[in-house]
Amino acid sequence: MIKVHNLVKAFGSKLAVNDVSFTVERGEVLGFLGPNGAGKSTTMRMVTGFIPPTAGRISVGGFDMVSDPIPAKRLIGYLPENAPAYTDMTVYGFLNFTAELRGLSGESRKKAVHRAVEMCFLDSVLYQSVDTLSKGYRHRTCFAQSIIHDPDILIMDEPTDGLDPNQKHEVRTLIRRMGEKKAIVFSTHILEEVDAACTRAIVIDRGKIVANGTPRELRQKSDLAGAVSLRVAGVTGAVLRERLQQLPGVKRCAIVREEPGAAWARAYGAKGARDNELNQSLYELAVREQWKLIELKAEEGRLDEVFRAITLPDTPATSKEQAQ
Amino acid sequence: MSTDAITAHSAAGLSDARAHSSAVRHITTIAKRELTSYFASPVAYVFIVFFLLLCGFFTFMVGRFFQRGEASLIAFFIWHPWLYLFLVPAVGMRTWSEERRLGTIELLLTMPITPWQAIVGKFVASWLFLAIALALTFPLVLTVGYLGSPDYGVIFCGYLGSALMAGAYLAISCMTSALTRNQVISFILSVVACLFLILAGWPPVTDMLVQWAPNWLVEGVAAFSVMPHFESFQRGVIDSRDLVYFLSVIAFSLFTTGVIIRSHRAG
Ligand SMILES: Nc1ncnc2c1ncn2[C@@H]1O[C@H](COP(=O)(O)OP(=O)(O)O)[C@@H](O)[C@H]1O
Ligand SMILES: [Mg+2]
Repeated sequence: MIKVHNLVKAFGSKLAVNDVSFTVERGEVLGFLGPNGAGKSTTMRMVTGFIPPTAGRISVGGFDMVSDPIPAKRLIGYLPENAPAYTDMTVYGFLNFTAELRGLSGESRKKAVHRAVEMCFLDSVLYQSVDTLSKGYRHRTCFAQSIIHDPDILIMDEPTDGLDPNQKHEVRTLIRRMGEKKAIVFSTHILEEVDAACTRAIVIDRGKIVANGTPRELRQKSDLAGAVSLRVAGVTGAVLRERLQQLPGVKRCAIVREEPGAAWARAYGAKGARDNELNQSLYELAVREQWKLIELKAEEGRLDEVFRAITLPDTPATSKEQAQ
Repeated sequence: MSTDAITAHSAAGLSDARAHSSAVRHITTIAKRELTSYFASPVAYVFIVFFLLLCGFFTFMVGRFFQRGEASLIAFFIWHPWLYLFLVPAVGMRTWSEERRLGTIELLLTMPITPWQAIVGKFVASWLFLAIALALTFPLVLTVGYLGSPDYGVIFCGYLGSALMAGAYLAISCMTSALTRNQVISFILSVVACLFLILAGWPPVTDMLVQWAPNWLVEGVAAFSVMPHFESFQRGVIDSRDLVYFLSVIAFSLFTTGVIIRSHRAG
């Protein structure tokens, strides 16, 4: 539904977005990840037609956003950063206004407003002026605006920013649910949201895409991915390390912590080892040595670590390779 | 002509008509929102009362309406270029600045509408608001009608000219409002621009300029001024050149507003 080719945006001599390409199909929820100032908002503003790209092509549902913006915009629901809304209107007035601009009138407009109000739990503030709303309700009002015409494409810039944990959870659930039938793009700098809501994530840093894949694929880029940690009672750290290092499948190991009467280690296998190969050989080792195994856990890799590794300025180029 | 061509042709005509009616609908929707938001705030009522008080003060106290002993509204209209100088920018300053300050411009311009529909819609709403304020001076018409037998045609022309002048000032205010998200700066800029439009053709200034500038230059500059154009309306003359003047100022300013908004978005 969304196809973006080699998108570039320059502000003066500064490249805010530098050669970004991606596609989003119906049924996908694409998470746009990146540190502040990475170019997430700028990309979304170009995709929604708010600002024109310096170079590159944007096609939305087959319509070119630059040369044929009106039909393209019709397909999109957009929640801008900071959820703007006209402060001098009531929630009801605001939703009616946006429904009208979306070409809805009469009975269908009433229905659309009603549906959006229900989905976003705005009943209690319907006739309240927007400037008296709490941040959460203001946010929901703008969110309701974005889904009022039941769009095929939903683009949300930091939809959970400034919400409390319950509201965050609500929004993520809503995104996941709507993502089954729509194409959704949302930006965030909160990593849990990638797991909670996305089918795919793109990491963008200083205007460039540095990673693109499912949350699982991203996690596997972590050094930690494929490592196994184990906690054993009745052994000292030194012994544990020695035994682990002797094991053929272990490339490297580290003692995470020593407790009185127990030690906690992490073993890293060789890259490209079969799934579960390392856990099995560790388990067999424990049986042979008659260790009292308290815990044996295969690490999935941590997103925050991956994120840091690919977005910090001084990481080696190899870890910045794009996931395919 | 094949039937295919005919249907294709009529389909194109239909979609043209649809695009046209949707443009009108979008403009109306935006204008309605703006106008409602004016009247949602007490500032609108304060403005209208203030406008009426100032009109009354200048007409009766400064313009010596009663002492003139004539059944006309000259003493009323003559102050309008000066009254509008401050009042119209006060109405127009928020149109786009506010939109940028709140960030709602991002909502508005990602709706399936064209920017010019938004520009015209906002302009029309503010113009209507000013027209309502102007229309509320109708007791003056009743007063001259009661005291004497005025030429209602001249009075109508005066009102028409006044509304057009307000529209010209307003379009300029919309333009300066698109320049900045700061309403105070937008206000000052448009007062300066409107002041130029007054002074360029205001006799005290032109008389002075004639002393050291060639005549053609003074007249050329004066042609840009609202004063001579508004004067003929006050005399009861509707000259197409005056109409064209006001409408061009409006069209030019709104066009420039569009250019400014586009350049902001282009970054
Ligand atoms: N209108 C603008 N003019 C100049 N620079 C801008 C403008 N908008 C964004 N930028 C710059 O572009 C970069 C990307 O910004 P943005 O897309 O807002 O990042 P993000 O949303 O990922 O935090 C930033 O360095 C920002 O300063
Ligand atoms: Mg942002």
